[in-house]
Amino acid sequence: MDHVPQIAQLLSMTVIAAGLLIGLGALGTAIGFALLGGKFLESSARQPELTNMLQTKMFIVAGLLDAVPIIGVAIALLLLFANPLLQYIK
Amino acid sequence: MAASEGGSGGLTEYIRHHLTHLTVNEGHGRFWAIHLDSVIFDISLALLFVFVFIAVARRATSGVPGKLQAAVELVVIAVDGIVKETFHGKSRLIAPLAITIFFLVFLMNFMDLIPVDALPALANQFGVGHLRVVATADINTTIGMSLCVFLLIQYVGIKEKGLGVFLGEFLSAPFHAHGAIGKILLAPPNLLLRIIEEAVRPLSLSLRLFGNMYAGELIFVLIAGLTLDASVSHFSTYGWGLVEVAADALWTGFHILIITLQAFIFSMLTVVYLSMAAERH
Repeated sequence: MDHVPQIAQLLSMTVIAAGLLIGLGALGTAIGFALLGGKFLESSARQPELTNMLQTKMFIVAGLLDAVPIIGVAIALLLLFANPLLQYIK
Repeated sequence: MAASEGGSGGLTEYIRHHLTHLTVNEGHGRFWAIHLDSVIFDISLALLFVFVFIAVARRATSGVPGKLQAAVELVVIAVDGIVKETFHGKSRLIAPLAITIFFLVFLMNFMDLIPVDALPALANQFGVGHLRVVATADINTTIGMSLCVFLLIQYVGIKEKGLGVFLGEFLSAPFHAHGAIGKILLAPPNLLLRIIEEAVRPLSLSLRLFGNMYAGELIFVLIAGLTLDASVSHFSTYGWGLVEVAADALWTGFHILIITLQAFIFSMLTVVYLSMAAERH
């Protein structure tokens, strides 16, 4: 191992990057889902007969909300466990 | 962790091995590398879906239906209902397209629930080095599907509105103007916004599906890597084994929801985009 300082710096930056990826993604998703669920419960309480239709649409929007943070999590996990950036040093 | 005896190289190698596609190079460079495993699973699952549905349709009775026919009818009626309330025109393409997309994506996603090492180990017996069974965890598959949807959107737009109106809408939506000077001034921003919107749609469709499936598969591989260097005699195997079973159960439960949801969203968004293309007047 002859590039220890470079590897150390790369790995520390990678870990920070992974943390930001997962953390900020989780933040956005949490706020989004909270708003979505709150509105759904509110409208369901106002008009209970529409609950089924609203639930379908809620799941559609939930799937849309889910997408980008999960891509971030996938990239973060890739960086943590099988870092492709290490090839430039080793 | 149990993998510490082999060093983190063991776990990294395991992950890398499970993330490598069975690749065939048809020419020079990486562009011509075909992921044979994705292609094979994609085509076989599509054929499976088509043959099952053809068989059910041929033997459909208006008397008391069998279980398979009842199940297929359930899904077809549900999708038809959703398409009717989303798409306000008349088209014989859209409801079958939605059913096809939903089932194809769902079948390809479902391969993720098969244990991580099962099919690759089986393939290893036949000398196949790498095998990735989830076709939708390959960005090529999802981009291929969304490019087909993109082309369909243009086709339906031209067919329903005519080529002149279709091209004219690139310059006149979403900002409308009434005078001639206003129209000319607003044409460039309209064109820009329209191009961005049309380009982002296939990108977001493909990346959403790919991201969800890739993350799911990667987490399954990581959970499998918990007992990587396990041996029946060492006591830590049983502890890590229990942890692995629990983690697997939880993630599988969540993942069943995700695969259905993502298949549903892909097909629903296709229907919505097609209906927007057909009636944007």
